[in-house]
Amino acid sequence: MVDIFELLKGQKDQNGDYQKQPVIVQGITGKFGSVHTKLMLEYGTNIAAGVTPGKGGQKFENVPIYENMKDAVDATNAKISIMFVPAKFFLGAAKEALEAGIKLLVAIPEHVPVRDTMEAIQMAEQKNAIMIGPNTPGIIIPGLIKIGIMPASPFMPGKIAVLSKSGTLLYEISNNLTISGFGQIFTLGIGGDPINGTRMIDAFDMIKDNPELEGMVIVGEIGGEAEETLAKHIVDIGFKKPIVGYIAGRKAPKEKRMGHAGAIVMGNYGSAESKIAMFAKANIPVAKRPGEIAILLSGKM
Amino acid sequence: MRLLEYQAKELFKEYGIRTPDSISSKDIEKGRKDATELGYPFVIKAQVPVGGRGKAGGIQKCSNDDEFELKYQQILDMSIKGEKTRAILLEKMADIEKELYLSLFLNRSQRCFTIIASSDGGVEIESVKNQTIREVGMGEVNSQIAEEVAKEIGLNGNAVSEFVDMLQRLSKLTIEKEAELAEINPLAILKDGSLIALDGKVMTDDNSNFRHDELQKYLERTELEERAEKSGFSLVELDGNIAVIGNGAGLVMSTFDMLADNGGKPACFLDVGGGATEESVYESLTLISEMDRVKAILVNLYGGIVKTTIVASAFIKAYDDKLIDIPVYARLMGAESQKSKEMLKDTKTKMFDSVEQAINGVVMEITKNG
Repeated sequence: MVDIFELLKGQKDQNGDYQKQPVIVQGITGKFGSVHTKLMLEYGTNIAAGVTPGKGGQKFENVPIYENMKDAVDATNAKISIMFVPAKFFLGAAKEALEAGIKLLVAIPEHVPVRDTMEAIQMAEQKNAIMIGPNTPGIIIPGLIKIGIMPASPFMPGKIAVLSKSGTLLYEISNNLTISGFGQIFTLGIGGDPINGTRMIDAFDMIKDNPELEGMVIVGEIGGEAEETLAKHIVDIGFKKPIVGYIAGRKAPKEKRMGHAGAIVMGNYGSAESKIAMFAKANIPVAKRPGEIAILLSGKM
Repeated sequence: MRLLEYQAKELFKEYGIRTPDSISSKDIEKGRKDATELGYPFVIKAQVPVGGRGKAGGIQKCSNDDEFELKYQQILDMSIKGEKTRAILLEKMADIEKELYLSLFLNRSQRCFTIIASSDGGVEIESVKNQTIREVGMGEVNSQIAEEVAKEIGLNGNAVSEFVDMLQRLSKLTIEKEAELAEINPLAILKDGSLIALDGKVMTDDNSNFRHDELQKYLERTELEERAEKSGFSLVELDGNIAVIGNGAGLVMSTFDMLADNGGKPACFLDVGGGATEESVYESLTLISEMDRVKAILVNLYGGIVKTTIVASAFIKAYDDKLIDIPVYARLMGAESQKSKEMLKDTKTKMFDSVEQAINGVVMEITKNG
């Protein structure tokens, strides 16, 4: 498995600062791609290249544009890419990136068919690469690197990890932590789809052994069993650092998709009750409101 | 897409999975013709996109014209767990020896298809203790695995090869139609030893709709849902009186939960999606203005990148155009929220710093007006 921190942070230079890792934007001239490229550049992310077929040789915000991923990777030696393409083109773009040697693929598109996601995951596994998403807001190490569509304002450097299926709740809850003095070491959007390149348990494993980590917030929602699987894993490995949870959709009607493709309760499968019960077994208190998270976390620390 | 029983059975037939003789209808005139064609006795089955219809009286035997006249309309007019009957299926009864359970579903944590089978069918699978569960990857189920499953649930003789055949056909359907769930419950063994699908449930991946023109005929949406989809919104309608709008599914669900915790009754779940614009917020208010049951609107927007002033402009325009005249309780987080507050101070929109305050306000308003 790729060490995501090494990949994101890079090596320290003589001054002790981390080198900025090059990142490629797939779909850099599109509506969302262009807006978020600017915002990522503002945050300090090293956007080294963009890809838009038909626009190779041009520049966007001084970032060179290439015809395809191979050319972009050859020119920059980047291992990270963020993808802004319509859902229909997701699989093609993912394959192109992985074939070009990308090791961390952040897939923003929403409405990707499950079958296409599965195919991309299989290919990522073969290539020893990580995919985050699809339908993710991305990943941020506050103060260092932002590869995603999240606003910068809710986040502050610190020692709490936040893992969330939902994008806006990730911002809301990180903001709640920040104003309460809890900065974040790492926040990652799992995505709201039924199948995720990086599952909750994978994201947990990425950060769990980080010596600087002091606590974690798990933001789940109805649908599937990612929260239950993670809670069981936490019990099994005897993880002891403080964790606080939140589950959205407690009052949602059954058998209705609540906005996210994955947010649906079938019988008891995917229900909030099941998730909250498993969190209780793992000694993870569950906030009733996002605004309660920081208070619960203080209580655990 | 969650297919109704008769729609799932149409797919079963297409894939050669045996089902009892049946005919579907949406009104009693067609139903009468179907009854004559099918011949008594048969069962009248409510077609609803929710489980538990048997207990609710949505499945009834019928053996003559008098019973038919009485029961058909009664079942057609029925609502089960808030879902109106969409259609009626008339179906011949089978000579059942034993009821089994069989499904294939997309296992999210293992990221593969999984077979669940049981010798106890006809009830909700969660209440069944002796389940056989097999993870089978993403390809079609091979005959060896199918045979092992058949034996594990205690089948023998001819039933084994029939089960293997049925499971492989179900697997082909699941893959080709991009289903997340294909369930046969009950799967009956008849007195003559043959297998037949008595009920069916299929859920397909909505995100793959664009490459399944053949399934479009099953897509059932209200006009409002259709318009919401065109605008890139997610809309779920409910029977309460407070419309809930926000950006991002998680945030709207969370707002919905807090509203319900405080005694409010949500009229809808409306997620305007990632990037809220003046137009999209205005369009969401247009949709809500057409829901007569709505007495107030609760808005919770986390505008990290979006300026809240554009949202405020959408409200002002909606009032100016007389699109809405009901109160709006809003929490607009993000850039320029003070300015938004200023813009909205002489309107029926009340701005709050926290969503909790907005919820208190809207619940009190609704309670006050009875």
